[in-house]
Amino acid sequence: MVLKVFFPSCCSSAESGILIGRWISKQNSAVILAVVHFPFIPVQVKQYLSEVQRVTKVSVSVLGSWSNSKQEKEESLSEFLEDLGTIFSHEPWIQISKEGDSKFWSCSTLQKHSNNPKEEEIILVYYDQRKVMLSHLHSPLATATSTDHKADDASKLSAVFDTVAKSKILFMTDRYDDGPIKLTHWQSDGVEASIIMELMKQASVPACMLLTFLLSLISGICRSRVLKFWPLSFLWSKLSTCEQLGHRLQHLQFISSNKKAQNQTQLMRKANIFVSLLIDVALGILLMSWLYRKNRIGHLADTLIPVADHVAEELQDLLQWLMGAPAGLKMNRALDQVLGRFFLYHIHLWISYIHLMSPFIEMILWYVGLSACLGLTVALCILSDIIALLTFHIYCFYVYGARLYCLKIYGLSSLWRLFRGKKWNVLRQRVDSCSYDLDQLFIGTLLFTILLFLLPTTALYYLVFTLLRLLVVIVQGLIHLLVDLIDSLPLYSIILRLCRSYRLAAGVKFRVLEQQDGKPLRLLMQINPLSYSSVIQTYRLPTYSCYPKDSWTSLCKKLFLGELIYPWKHKGEKQD
Amino acid sequence: MGERRYRSASGAPVALRRRQHSASCRELSVRCPRLQLRSLSAVTSAVWLAAYGLFVLSENSMVLSAAIFITLFGLIIYLHFVKVDQESLLVIGSLGIQVTSSYASGRESTTFIEMGQVKDVVINEAIHMQKVIYYLCILLQDPGDPQGVSEVVPLFQSSKPRLDCLIEVYKSCQEILEQRKTAPQSS
Repeated sequence: MVLKVFFPSCCSSAESGILIGRWISKQNSAVILAVVHFPFIPVQVKQYLSEVQRVTKVSVSVLGSWSNSKQEKEESLSEFLEDLGTIFSHEPWIQISKEGDSKFWSCSTLQKHSNNPKEEEIILVYYDQRKVMLSHLHSPLATATSTDHKADDASKLSAVFDTVAKSKILFMTDRYDDGPIKLTHWQSDGVEASIIMELMKQASVPACMLLTFLLSLISGICRSRVLKFWPLSFLWSKLSTCEQLGHRLQHLQFISSNKKAQNQTQLMRKANIFVSLLIDVALGILLMSWLYRKNRIGHLADTLIPVADHVAEELQDLLQWLMGAPAGLKMNRALDQVLGRFFLYHIHLWISYIHLMSPFIEMILWYVGLSACLGLTVALCILSDIIALLTFHIYCFYVYGARLYCLKIYGLSSLWRLFRGKKWNVLRQRVDSCSYDLDQLFIGTLLFTILLFLLPTTALYYLVFTLLRLLVVIVQGLIHLLVDLIDSLPLYSIILRLCRSYRLAAGVKFRVLEQQDGKPLRLLMQINPLSYSSVIQTYRLPTYSCYPKDSWTSLCKKLFLGELIYPWKHKGEKQD
Repeated sequence: MGERRYRSASGAPVALRRRQHSASCRELSVRCPRLQLRSLSAVTSAVWLAAYGLFVLSENSMVLSAAIFITLFGLIIYLHFVKVDQESLLVIGSLGIQVTSSYASGRESTTFIEMGQVKDVVINEAIHMQKVIYYLCILLQDPGDPQGVSEVVPLFQSSKPRLDCLIEVYKSCQEILEQRKTAPQSS
């Protein structure tokens, strides 16, 4: 079989020494992690490696020898390196040698107990150690290996990535340390660290504790009995602002918890929530500063009452039109007048209510606008709630119209069954035949005729108000969709994919480097980053998202029958 | 190993280049015909004539600038996302198969399939628009079922070479895939 040697490109210019790494026998591949330089004592090297093996649970061992001779090939050195093969017994013993600055190295293996004396082909794969160590492989096979014990199905590349990632402790000591072992790996020119990151790590612990304390106070207040009384609890459940605030509170509790993130997914989730909160608050403060500059919020409050008046006037015109001969249809005069006057009185009440509130509107709006500093999503939810409150009369009209229409439709269907001599059997949930008396039939037919001829009027009112209600629902739905988008977008993952694309790997790609006859095949292994759509799909934050409860057909059916529709369902709501 | 000319399914000339890097590593690349200046100028003139006609009707000069922007952005998007320059297959025995598409703007999109996942490379038939064409595809192994196929990955989708070219590629791939059957399972 072909022998594959994964060699870190940072060790290409290292001085002669022995190679340490992991041998994966099932795939006949050797992952080289570092080079140990002369002089060393073999016993100390073995001790060090067993220590590393104990801590990292990766079977690190001495795999072979590396000779980098700047001058001509030295015979004594090569014999010495072969002798090392007997001290560190490893099957097969890999010998890589580089002459001068040549790109083409010679690679050979020493097999003592081999069945086939045939020379096997060697493939040399260069990899960037730092990038492979930091990256996280997202292939579907890699996620399956953790549960699958069959090594045959295991992804070869995830084994390589795992080996490098788990051997971080090996990269802590370098050539300049005073220990007995001198290693060369990607950090061999000194361990890198950033002062800002260290300071932030130190400061985050007390900050988290403070935040947890504050949040527990706030959630304690929210859960107190005072706020659980019936009118208030009903109000809180209907306002989307409260849901959004509760959602954000949950997020804050998640990121300020003291437990360290267990794995990559949790870490990314914490980071995403943190960045999303930060951006949300920043945009909210931006919006607030724009609103309060030049007293725009005062202007907004001043235009609110005229807009509400205008809407009410338009509705009145609409009702007058319906009371006349709308679109050339002839309505039933009496019913028309009754319904029209009822709705007109309703609008009159609504306008008086708005005018009553008008002196307080500016102050209320000013204080409510301050809460935009909690985040852009909160501001959008407040907008959606204000729209819902302002169009409350449209909602009432829709409910009246729908109930009337629904009643009419049920009455009609039941009387139609009577007309044909059938009855609805509630016990067996089916239509049975039934013999009616003559007077029952007479009254039933009379009522059926009356309801049938009054149907167009009611249907028209129902249609008009349903359309208005749907318009308001669509506007609210769009705002909620935007809020969901801001909530669930994994901004940290997207920025990571943009700036450090090697951290999120979908796979690898190989590039064939220059070849020379007689030398092993040289390949460069690079990281293939995840596509943006997969990043968003994998790291999407869960939200209390609102999505359409019904499919199109059931929605149309409900509209036809006059049942009340609540097109958007929130995840936390109970099923009715 | 040289370049040979073949034809694509729609009659356009394509070129196949085979390179053998080592005993178990081969690279096969199919080059698609380049973007023709004729078709580019035809499309641009059509769009600009239509825009000029709209301008004459509406007397709004925004239509002309909009047409220029649309042409520019459309060309950039076409070159970056749609027009494939070369499709290549790199078969490394015992490592895997790498499929690369290089676009006209220089962008490369690569997928690497490990050898453990590859069941076989076969030539299949498909109905494409009004024709029946042959295409080369990689069959992926189903991890649960040793006889099953979990996915079919079609190759050379933009260049769509004809059967004679596909047979050459098929033979090259099979020579390397056979090596993994004859090699001992574990050392």
